[in-house]
Amino acid sequence: MIHIKLAPKTGSFAENKDIARDIRLHEIIPALEKEREVIIDFEHIDAATQSFIHALISDLFRKFGDEVLDQVSFKSCNETIQKIIMIVIDYMQERT
Amino acid sequence: MKIHIPNSAFIGNIDPFLRGIIMSEPEELEITANESWISVHPVVLSMIAALGLPVKPENIRCETLTAKSAHYLERMGLFKFLGINSGMQITEHESAGRFIPLAQIKTSDELSQFITDIIPLLHLTPPHVEAIRYVVSELVRNVLEHANSELGAIVSAQYHLKSNMIRIGIVDTGVGIKKTINQSHSALTHLAAIQLALTPGITGTTDKEGGTEFNAGAGLFFIKSIAKVNRDFFMIYSGNAMYKLLKSKTHKLYADPFKDKHSAGDEFPLWQGTAVGVDISLDATHEFATLLQQIRDVYAKTIRERKHNKYRKPKFI
Repeated sequence: MIHIKLAPKTGSFAENKDIARDIRLHEIIPALEKEREVIIDFEHIDAATQSFIHALISDLFRKFGDEVLDQVSFKSCNETIQKIIMIVIDYMQERT
Repeated sequence: MKIHIPNSAFIGNIDPFLRGIIMSEPEELEITANESWISVHPVVLSMIAALGLPVKPENIRCETLTAKSAHYLERMGLFKFLGINSGMQITEHESAGRFIPLAQIKTSDELSQFITDIIPLLHLTPPHVEAIRYVVSELVRNVLEHANSELGAIVSAQYHLKSNMIRIGIVDTGVGIKKTINQSHSALTHLAAIQLALTPGITGTTDKEGGTEFNAGAGLFFIKSIAKVNRDFFMIYSGNAMYKLLKSKTHKLYADPFKDKHSAGDEFPLWQGTAVGVDISLDATHEFATLLQQIRDVYAKTIRERKHNKYRKPKFI
């Protein structure tokens, strides 16, 4: 299992998509390719944009299918962040 | 180019200001203004700054501004931005809580720093901050990723105490929405391109549902939705077209921006790039999580319907 803490990289407002892409490419995808579980930790983050979440997780659905949700968990998300994650997950599953 | 700054130009009454811009002779800029009073939305200042920035200061003529309220232009940094002397003598006040002067943002890191710097200046409570930084981040990132604008994004904002409202203007002089959207879709007019850009799930980067790894085509729909639910104005001007979300009594979100109460036209002077103005009423700031739930419902339904429309149909003979 790999535990990724976002706040040290993003600050309290997660909006920088370049950072999201780096985390996805260099931490999340390599872990999933090794069939490890991934915990994405939003502790100390009070808001995120849809663009950030999209850049962070949308490609996981393309690469690993909807089953990727069995391997990825989202920790310490406030209500707003949960809603944005659900929007992105909804439309990524609807697209197929 | 010629620009006349009227006594009043906010999103609700901005049309005459836009129609009055003369775009010919782009190497020169002449600025005139109402003699008695000047009160304008930050998007107006961002537009003037964006037009004037590439012009040599010696080719910018600004008549002597007599309106007492013209000091606002100085304090928002317009003349400093254009490299000209307004001749005004003013005492620079602390800007905290009142306005964010004109700023030029050209990189992703500059945007992150800008958001970090401005939010404390506004002295707002967390629910209000949430919507404002969301709007600024998404709109400026749109510019940085899609506009191909050498100037980057020109941003300014003002807090109006009387109306308890933040007004934000974000402008670029890039390729415009039509060119961006037409990379993957077919929009015959600038207005049709704006309509597509405001529709959830439509991005210029791909015609596939779900977008690309980096773009979903959701940003502008989110911004319009924030304005709609809070009953605020929102405008987007690109090419010769302008779409304006008008205040409505209903909170209901629509995927098609033309179903919202709006005005739109495509006979405006040709703006090379995109200008966006947003008002955010701090009295009415809707609970962000509630708004996101509404967006979630509309977004998923829209993609489902669009997918359904693409199903192959049987031939009944």
